Formats: sequence, structure tokens, C-alpha cells
Amino acid sequence: MRWHALAGFAAAGIALSAVPFFGLPAFYESFLYLVFHWVVLAVSWNILSGYSGYFSFGHGAFFGAGMYTTATLATKAGVPFLWTLPAAGLVAALFGIALGAVVFRVPRLRGELFALLTLAVTFVLATVVLNTPIDGGPGLYLSAVPLPAIGPSPSSIFYLLALAAALAALWIAREIHRSKLGTGLFAIHDDEDVAEVLGVPTYRYKLAAFGVSCGLAGVAGGIQAMFISYVTVGETFSIAVPLYVVLMSVLGGSRHWFGPAVGAAFVTGLLYAFTAGDYAVAGRAAVGLILILVILFLPEGIFGEAVGWLKRRHRLSATPAAAPVIDVADIPAPAAAAAGKGGGEPMLEVRGLSKAFHGVQALAEVDLEVRRGEILGLVGPNGSGKSTLINVVSGYFRPDSGRILFEGRDLAALEAHRIARVGLARTYQIPRPFAHLSVLENVALPAMFGRGALKRADAEGEARRWLAFTGLAAKARSLPGELNLHQRKFLELARALASRPSLLLLDEVLSGLTHAEIDDAIRLIRAIRDQGATIVFVEHLIRAVMELTDRIVVLSYGRVIAQGDPRGVMREPDVVTAYLGKPYA
Amino acid sequence: MALPSLTLLGQSLLSGLFIGALYGLLGLGLSLSWGMLRQINLAHFALAFLGAYLTYQLAGAGMDPLATLAVVVPGFFALGALMHWVFARFSVSAFNSLLVTFGLTAIIEALIQWIWTADFRRLESGYGEVKFRIGALYVALPELLTLAMAVALSLLTWAWLRYTYTGKAMRAIAEDAPIAAAFGVNVRGLSLLLSGLSAAFAGVAGLCLALSYTLAPAQIYAWLGVVFAAVMLGGLGNPLGPLVAGIVIGVSEALTMALTAPAWAPLVSFSLLIIVLLARPGKI
Repeated sequence: MRWHALAGFAAAGIALSAVPFFGLPAFYESFLYLVFHWVVLAVSWNILSGYSGYFSFGHGAFFGAGMYTTATLATKAGVPFLWTLPAAGLVAALFGIALGAVVFRVPRLRGELFALLTLAVTFVLATVVLNTPIDGGPGLYLSAVPLPAIGPSPSSIFYLLALAAALAALWIAREIHRSKLGTGLFAIHDDEDVAEVLGVPTYRYKLAAFGVSCGLAGVAGGIQAMFISYVTVGETFSIAVPLYVVLMSVLGGSRHWFGPAVGAAFVTGLLYAFTAGDYAVAGRAAVGLILILVILFLPEGIFGEAVGWLKRRHRLSATPAAAPVIDVADIPAPAAAAAGKGGGEPMLEVRGLSKAFHGVQALAEVDLEVRRGEILGLVGPNGSGKSTLINVVSGYFRPDSGRILFEGRDLAALEAHRIARVGLARTYQIPRPFAHLSVLENVALPAMFGRGALKRADAEGEARRWLAFTGLAAKARSLPGELNLHQRKFLELARALASRPSLLLLDEVLSGLTHAEIDDAIRLIRAIRDQGATIVFVEHLIRAVMELTDRIVVLSYGRVIAQGDPRGVMREPDVVTAYLGKPYA
Repeated sequence: MALPSLTLLGQSLLSGLFIGALYGLLGLGLSLSWGMLRQINLAHFALAFLGAYLTYQLAGAGMDPLATLAVVVPGFFALGALMHWVFARFSVSAFNSLLVTFGLTAIIEALIQWIWTADFRRLESGYGEVKFRIGALYVALPELLTLAMAVALSLLTWAWLRYTYTGKAMRAIAEDAPIAAAFGVNVRGLSLLLSGLSAAFAGVAGLCLALSYTLAPAQIYAWLGVVFAAVMLGGLGNPLGPLVAGIVIGVSEALTMALTAPAWAPLVSFSLLIIVLLARPGKI
């Protein structure tokens, strides 16, 4: 598959690099140069912004960083033009990584806020360049810089360089799209917190994508600096670059590596057609109108809608509709490791754990332990801190104080994705599947990023096993939005199981299910334990707690008020009071 | 570095105050539609310029510049309401509203360039000639008008949202539209009203632009960064925020210009914006 693609890229490269030798009018060469130029910019933008959903309006800044690197090195330091290009890419990439290192640490800086921040960075950079000796105001002339002679005419070099850059950008975008990095970025796009909890190192992935994206933009800037041979701040850091790349990617389809290239060719062609006919103004209006119509009517972009249509057709003809019935008899034989009921050594020890939110003490000095092989019930009234405890243990919140020892290792200091890798998994009370990934991809992701760290093909095999286990095999290719609540709850379970956790935290998996569905779920949870996992079971439904758990811990107002044998504990006066209030008289 | 004279410093503080008022006026509608309707209206700037050009055209035909508001405000109100109707009809997300209104900006810019060309246009009215003297400082009437309108509209909007029944209902919509609807608030009607008001404010800002500035289509983008900075500094949906933040930015810009070089001025607003975004993204 990869060799086919490589051969395809090579063939396209050879065929297109022959164009200058046909002796076409110079007009075609410069038009195609522009197309490739925008392909590089749009495709590189898409690597961070399309894949991960962090829409940057600052692509002009990185493009400009590349332009000024080449212009400065070539005119002031006398570096040969071709050698300035790697430098241009490097400077832009480092600039992007430095920015990302700060910005990606601020959790809420997403969506439109990230877009505005990157736009502001562009203007700050422009002001600095304008007022320092980098430019100083009059702009930089590159007309005296010698141009290496490659190809039949002096300008062929631009065509060939842009072609090479476009093919490289497309290849890199494609490789990332298919790699673990790409999978992680798409998960970040849908739900960054869940991605992190499932083991995706979100911070590093965003930084890597940003670096690659900016580096490619820098190279495109370096080539462009020489192509226009006169670099000014006003033209370089204009709003045009970020807006056109967003437009091209959205038009083409930003969820696919090739979409932005389609958009780039389309928009460049459109603009060129209008300028050629002296209707440049009408051209811009037409681009604006097309943008509006595409957003309103084709939200996935031209290329994205086409791919989606093909997929739907394929699916309709391929999958037989099997009823999703759970057959617990089919569940794999219990692992030998299933040590009898409870009684094992402590696996998770929570000591003095506290967490407050704006003065509300959600957890106060909580001490508890989970023993290997048991099902520990965690109960308590609404607001008693059960979900907070799970959020702290799984790394979503940092505790204010206290220790969480898991197999001898303190989790309190670990990032959430590292916690996932040591073998801890959780489910969410309200299912949070990745909305744009298929059910199969949703379950394969933790298998790739969790303790197993499987390759994609193996991860999909593992995912199919857990989908069969939870009765969702027939829905493997559906999107989560097509599932009902019961199925989405089980998808949560399958996703947690696919990371092969040794400790599973279940947050109210039964809420909202019917009686029959609850019976299914209880059998499923037993089967999970019989396979060797230890389970913390948060639940309001006392019947299920009594049926399933070996021990229970009762929380009230963030404190542990009782623990021990389920039947005994539920009769303790403190517990009764916590649930029902103080008795009168 | 020689310190500028006190008069010069006073004059630049004053001009900072007035340009800050214009930032606030431009930001008011933007802040309301973003904060309360979750629509980021990039076309707000294009609308303001369209309003400015209309004022230029009508005043050139002999109308008093202030009287042009009688035409521009109702027209823009209808335009804003129409825009919201389209957004609601296609349930456009906050981010997509940014893209759609960018498309709209391109269309309006092209329209302006087509009708009035890309050349600079300057409204010649009697207003610009009137200057007041306070001590050693001069104040021009258009600037004073801008400040007065910015203060009046911000205060009126604030009072409307705070004290009237429809204003309170509007704030309920901003908090949670479906819940507000469940409690009997006319979400559709009020949203249309607010969107119309925002666009009408753009028209008023356009008048102020036409009175004080030379117009060119490309200038649409010149205001974008600073005004967004003022809107975010002031807090989304807060009717007094853009004015206060705008004046803070305007004055700091004016001081930067007076103490260093004019070209450094943009650094102030954008650095402020970046700092605010990094320091308290949750508050915006």
C-alpha cells in the first residue's frame, strides 16, 4: 500500500517536473507555481488545524518568518538561495514550537480563542519586523541574489521547487494522517480530555503537528521571497494568507490529507480566472460567496463530501444488518489469574487525597484502597465526590494534596496519558465517544495508546474482540451518533477494556438503562472481572451494588464515612443518614 | 530619549481617549453578538465601512451627516436580523460563523470597491472644521461626537440589559437559550432583535468613521485586531466592556506613539490581547 503510494507520488513528480521542458508560455509555469505554493500552505495548515481542530489564523506569521529568514540570509549574510530554504523551515518551525509550548499549556485556549491568539501573534511579529533592522520599513530587495540555474528557463527553478515542496507536504500530511500521530490528532479534534485519558500525549502531539505545519509554511515562504524578489511587511503579514488557507482547506475538506490541495487548486484557479479577465474584484466576491455556500451546504468540504458519499455507498452495499444481541456465553474463558473474591494485596492506595473547587471541598482527606481482583463499590449521595475521585485518580484533575499509589507508583504527579499507559482505564457517566471516528476506531484508539501500545492492525483486531464482547460487532463501522444510549454505554466499556487495564473505573455505567439492559451489563461486568481485571464500580443502583461488589466504600461530602462488607455497611446509621437524612424523634 | 512636552502628552492622551471611544463603539455590536448569540461577526467591520461609505454618499448629495443615520440605522438593523435568520436556519456554529462572515466581508469589500473604487474617499462636511479649545488642547467636533455616541449607546445597552424585562430575557438567552425558551422567553424574536441592534451599531460606528477618517476598502482589516482585543479585554457580552477596554488600549497606544515611534503602536493592543488570552481564557 505504502509502496503503491510512493510510486504514485514519484510518477506524479516526474510527470509534472517535465512540464517546463515542453516550452509552454511562461504564464502557465507561474500559474502552476502559484497553485503549488498554495497547496503547500493549505496542506501544511491542515496538519495541525484540520486534523486536531486547532484552527490557526497565524499561518501568515510562520510563512512570513520563512520569507524574512530567506531574505535576510540571502541579502545580508550572502548565503546561497537554496541553503536558505532549510533555514527558513527551521526558523518557522522553532517559532511555532516556542509559541505552542506556551499556548498549548492553557487548556481552554481552543477554537475561536486559539484562532484570535495566533492572529494577534501575526500582527505582533509584523510590528517587530517592521521596527527592527530585520526590515526597518523599506522592505528587502532580493533581485541581486544569484539564482541557481535548474531547468530550461531562469524561472523554472521556482516551478520545480514549489512542485517538490507541494509533493513533500502532501506526503508528510498523508503519512501523519495514517500514523499514530494522526489518530491522536483526530481524537484531540473530537474530545481532547478523553483523548488524554485514553493515553494520547496530547501536548506533545499538538506541538509536533504545529512544528511540522509551521516548518512547511516557512519553506513555502522562503521560495516565495525569491519568487517575488521584494519582501515587505505589509504584503507578507497580511490577513490574506491565513484567510485563504482556511478557505482552501474548508472548501476542499479538512478531515482528509488531500482535501486542502483540491481547495488550493480550485481557489487559485478561480482567482486567476477572474484576474485574467480584469474582474479581480468580482473574483474576491465570488470566493466569499463560495465560502458561505460551502459552509452552509457542504460542511465537510468538496473533497470530504465526495469521500463521505463513496463511503456511505460502500457501506450500504457491504454490511448486513445483524441485531446487536449480547451473548455472554460467547465471552472468552475466564483467565486463570482470577484470584478468588477480593482478598488480594492492595493494588491502588489512596492516602489523604484532597481536592477543592473554588472553596467547595469535593474530596477531604480521602483514604481508601482497592485490592487486586475485587470489585469495589463506590457509593454515596449526589455530590459526595465519587466522580471527582475518579477524575483525580485518572489524572484529569490534579489533587491539592495526598497520594495515589498504583502498584507502588504515585499517580498524583503523572500526566493523564501516562496513567492510561500504566494500566488504568475509566468510563464516563455520560458517554463521550469521539463523534467523527467510527465505533471500531473509537475502540482501537485506546488499544494503540494504552498499556498494550499495539500497532494499528493489531489494535483493530483487539477492538473487534471487545466489540464482540460488548455485543457491538455489527456496529463497528457506524458513527457513535447512530448508537442508542445503551449501546453508547457499552461502547464506553469496550473502549476502556481495549487498553487492557488492570484497574477499571466504571462511573455509573447503569444509569439510564432498562431492567433487561442492566442485567446484561451486570453479567458483562462479572465477565470482565473473571478475566482478571480489578474494578471500581461507582453506582447509585443499590441492587447492582449488592449483586456485584465484594466491598463498598461510602462517600459523603467528600469524606469516607464507612467501608467494608456491602450488607453490613448499608445498615450503618451514618450511611442511612447520608442517604435519607436524620430520623425525627 | 527626550520626553515630549506636557502639551503634546496631553494632546496624545486626548486623541487616545477619542480613538479608544471608536474602538469601543466598533466593539459594542461585536461583543454583544459574540457574547450573547455565540456569533463571531467578522463582517461587523465591513458593515461599519459600508455605513461610512453610505454616509459619505448621502452627505455628498446634500444630507446632513447625522441625518444619514435615519437611513443607515433601519437598513442595517434589517440586514443584521436577516443575517441572524440565516445563521439560525442553518444552525451555524461559533467557529463557522467566523468563516461565513469572512466570506461576507470579502463580498462587501468587493461591493465597496466596485461602487466607490479603491481610491481614498474623504467626507467633506462642516463638522470637521469645528474645533473647541480647552486650555492648550484642541478637540474636534467629530471626535467629541464619537465619544458621546459610544458612551450613550454603551450605557443605554447596559441599562436595557439590566433593568428591562426584555433585557433580562436577553441575558437568560445568553446563559442558556433552550432553558430560556422553556421558561417562555421568545428566543427567536429577541435574538433577531439583538442581531439587528448589533448591525445598527455598526452603522453608527460607520458614521463616526466617515466623520474622522479617510476611507478605503482595504482599511476594513486595519481595525480588526485592535477592536477584537478591546472586545476580549472587556469581556464578551458586557456592554460597557469594549468602551472601557477600548479607551485603555487607545490611551496606551497614544502614549507608545508619543514616547517611541508611531509604528510600534500595534504592539500594545496585540500584546494585551495575547496576555489576556494566556492569563484568563476562561473569563472570555
